[in-house]
This record gives sequence, C-alpha cells and structure tokens, in this order.
Amino acid sequence: MRNAFADEITQIAKSDPSVVLLSGDIGNRLFDKYKESNPERFVNCGVAEANMVTMGSGLAMSGMKPVAYTIASFLIYRAFEQIRVDLSYHDAAVLLVGVGGGLSYASNGSTHHTLEDIALMRSLPNMQVICAGDPLEVRAATEAFFKDPKPTYLRIGKKGEAPVHEKALHNFVVGKSICLKRGQSVALLATGNMLPNCSSVSDELEKRGIPSSLYSFHTVKPLDKECLEEIFVGHEYVITVEEHGRLGGFGSAVAEWLASQKQPRARLLTLGTPDQFLLYTGNQEEARKKFGLDKAGLLEQITDFIGPV
Amino acid sequence: MKSRTANKNINNSSKFDQLVTATANIRGKIIQLSHQAKTPHLGSSLSFVELLVYLYWNFLKISPKIAKDPARDRFVLSKGHGITTLYAVLAERGFFPQEFFENYAQAGSPLPEHPSPNCVPGIEAATGSLGHGLSIATGIALASKMNAIPYSVVTLLSDGECNEGSTWEAALLAPAHNLDNLIAIVDFNKWQATGRSAEITALEPLKEKFEAFGWNSIRIDGHDFRQIKSALAKAKKSDKPFAIIADTVKGKGIKMMEDDNNWHYRIPSKEEVDSAFEELGIKSL
Repeated sequence: MRNAFADEITQIAKSDPSVVLLSGDIGNRLFDKYKESNPERFVNCGVAEANMVTMGSGLAMSGMKPVAYTIASFLIYRAFEQIRVDLSYHDAAVLLVGVGGGLSYASNGSTHHTLEDIALMRSLPNMQVICAGDPLEVRAATEAFFKDPKPTYLRIGKKGEAPVHEKALHNFVVGKSICLKRGQSVALLATGNMLPNCSSVSDELEKRGIPSSLYSFHTVKPLDKECLEEIFVGHEYVITVEEHGRLGGFGSAVAEWLASQKQPRARLLTLGTPDQFLLYTGNQEEARKKFGLDKAGLLEQITDFIGPV
Repeated sequence: MKSRTANKNINNSSKFDQLVTATANIRGKIIQLSHQAKTPHLGSSLSFVELLVYLYWNFLKISPKIAKDPARDRFVLSKGHGITTLYAVLAERGFFPQEFFENYAQAGSPLPEHPSPNCVPGIEAATGSLGHGLSIATGIALASKMNAIPYSVVTLLSDGECNEGSTWEAALLAPAHNLDNLIAIVDFNKWQATGRSAEITALEPLKEKFEAFGWNSIRIDGHDFRQIKSALAKAKKSDKPFAIIADTVKGKGIKMMEDDNNWHYRIPSKEEVDSAFEELGIKSL
C-alpha cells in the first residue's frame, strides 16, 4: 500500500504545484521519485510529529495542500492534540497518512501498533477517516483528497499487499462503501487491511453453502448510513471486521448507528482486537491469529454467531 | 534586565506619541474587558502591549482591506490567553467595530475568551492551547517560500510556552529551511501561571538558546519603542529566522499589577478599573 501511495502522490504532485509532502523521517527511498520531480515540496520534518502536524496546518492556511506521512501510531498518538486543534478545529485540509495501521508492525511491539487510532480520529469534528483495504483504495482515496481537500486521516498498511479489487476504482467516493459480492443472509463489512481476509472468509463461507455479501467500508467517517440501511434490511447477520480494538472503532460506529434505528434489524457482530496490548512476539499474521483475526479465527467466530446452517 | 524595563520615560520621544496614546487606550480596554466579563489573564495581556502596537502600527503589512490577501504579513498570537490585547489592537486598527466588545466573552459574542478560527477578521489562528504558534508560523513561512509570495510571519510566545516541546521542535526545524521571513517574539515577563518561569524550567539563557538552535536573536526591553523598532528592522534583514527576546513586566502600566502574579487570574473591581484609568491618563473608552 505504501508504494501505491508514493506512486500516486508523485503523479498528483506533477500536475498540482500546491502539493507538499511532509515526512516524519520515514520512507527511506520510498519517495525518491517524488523528491526528484519536486525537491522543493518535500520536507523531512524529522522525528517531531507534533510540529509536523501543526506546520501542515500553517501550510494549509496558506494555499498549500499538505500531506503528513509517518508511522500511524506516532502520527496519531503523539500528535493527537495538534490534530484536534490545528486540523480538526481549524478545518485545515491536511491529509494525514498513517502507514503500518493496525498490526502491520506486529513484531515491533505495541509501541508500533495502532488499535485505537480509528476510535480517536472518528471522534474529531470535521475529520474524515479512511482505512484503505488494498493498494487500489489507497490510490483512489489519495486522489479523492486532492479533488476535494478536507481534514482526512488515511490509514494504510505497509508494503506488498495484493489488490483485492480487480481494477482501478474510478468511481471511488469518500463515504460510499463498495459492494464486492452479493450473497444472502450474511453480510461481511470489512474496513482497512482486513479486506483481504474477509474476502477469503467470504469465499470459504460460500464453499460451505453460505453465500455472503462482502462490502469494503473504506470510509469509517462519514459512515455510509444509506448502505447500512440496505444491508441491515437485506440480511439476517452483519459482521464488521477491523484490525483495530472493538472499543470505539468501525464496529462501534455501526453499532451506534444501529442503536438509533427504530425497526428491528439484522443482528450485529463486531470483530476486532480485545481490550489489551499484544504481549506476544510474532509477525502480523501470527498476531492476527492470537486475536482471532486470521481466516480460521474469523470463520470460527462467524459460524458461532450465525449458528448451524 | 529589570532595571531597563523600570525606566518610565523610555518612550518620551515625540516620534512615538501616537503609539504611546494607543498603548494607554489599549491597556484601558484590556482592563475594562477583564472587569466587564470577569475574565482572567490580565497581567499576561498587559505585558506585550507595546510590542503589538508597534507591529500593527508600524511594521506588519496588514490592514482590514487586505486581511485575506495571500501576500499580507501574518501575525499569530501563540499565547492565546493574551487575546484581549490582540482584539483591542485589531478593533483600533479597524478590523472589526468596537461594538463587538459590548458582550465580550458572553453568550453569543463574536469574541470568545480564546479566539476561535476566523471569529473576527485579522485572527490568523485559533490559539489558547500553548506551544502551537511557532509551528503554525513555521508552516505559513514555509508556504511563502514554496509559493514564492514574499511576506513576513511574526508570532508572539509567552515565556511559559517555552516549556512546550513542540515550540522547540519548530525552533529546530525553521533554521534548517532558512526561513528568514519568520520572526518569533518571546514576551519574557518572567512569570508563568503559578511561578517564576526561570525557576520552573531552565529557561535562561534564552537568547543564547535560540542562537544555539540556529536563529539570529536579540534581547531588548519589550516596552521601549526604540528598541522594538530596531529589533524588528534587524529581524527583517536577517538571513535566518529571528528571535526577539523581549524583557517585559507582567501587568505593565498599572503599578499595583506590575510584576504581581496574582493578576494572572485576578479580576479588577470597579474601583480598581477607575484607578487604573486615572493612572493611564484616560477618562473613559
């Protein structure tokens, strides 16, 4: 996903002289092509996330379209007050790109995990929260920001993720989920880097005689309520899946919406990580397994929830 | 440093008559507002009146007509708790009508106790949380270079604000990008909310700290127009970001408030307002 972002921002900056890329001293070589074509509009802000975010606000107030890029955990947690005051309160259109969202950097330990960022960011007024599910969503979301700049958090994975979508998402709209597959009774709602796992879970369910719908809710805020309305009327079981804590994230957003609905609706299961730090050394797939977010873990929880077919 | 600021006749040259009159009126307004709305931070607001008056009367290329002009100079009040001084200056310079003060900080007022984004023309940033202004100003100064639109960016910080790590993050970055259009003024009134600032953190030597961070810097009496003028002229010519360490007196201009930190929070009574007005030589506003 990060290569897709680097390539996309390089392309966009070629035709838009107001683009400026701020980096928190990461992305070694990643932005070489960007820097080659726009040396004046790349600023390595060093290991100083608070200043990077607020400077981004100052740039946005002065006619620029800034992007602040660094590891998601440092970007959101270290600079949260700056994000709240200087971006959200000022409605300053800065694109915050958090790389390594969720458990992408599992083996680095909990300092590098982001399992509370969606909860924090979606609580901020004026803030859009987008969790890209594959490299094509990264490209489309980046493009969408520059067409209509608003304070935005784009949470991406790391490198090498295979695309889930078959082709470029020319019709991508912030706040409009994408239906990848229509089934019956069960709907899987994935956000961010859980999309590939949800796609394989959906295929497996089909093999077991349970055709499921699959949606990519790339945007957690603003939430696609129109689509939720259809989903909760058209299915019996709805399952949200995110590489994020169950407290306050995408599943919580859907549950909050559901609680306000008057008519009885489909039952909801929210899958994510438990209320704890991961004190286990392992890579992303192993960490997911610990938290039941691998394919087998997801299948087990989902089949438990929907009961015997 | 205190002896320099204790000199009462520093601004006695007729050259500065207009500015001296303005400072008296602004001080009167600040005291009046604190009394009227029962809002604190009076001492903090009184310490940078000369600095702000000089900036808005003689230095910044900014006026109500060009309040949104991309080429205007910018001023960011980093110490947002001193906002009544900026409000009073902006009103005096015609950015908004004096009537806006009638319900200052009360229900429905356009003027909150800390400025909100674009609450009135002339407010560049919503401050109130400390340690943001220098980073905002750095971003604005950087945009000038990237857009090739020349303008100066001035930000005014409190000494207490120099406790914030983010202030020093910006201080480290600005010289690396040769932001010669960036001017930081520290209103060094020696007090923060609950104690002497140089005792709470090792703030001194402050000028040398900025220099060690790669800035050009000067230390002046922040109530002396001659020194303010000369410092800003140097800042304008500087080939690096420029820090003005302005020695000031908290509560300046009203004897009973000067250097008394109780006035960080205390609200003046009607009698105290009257006596302050008398001391300032103004009858009413």
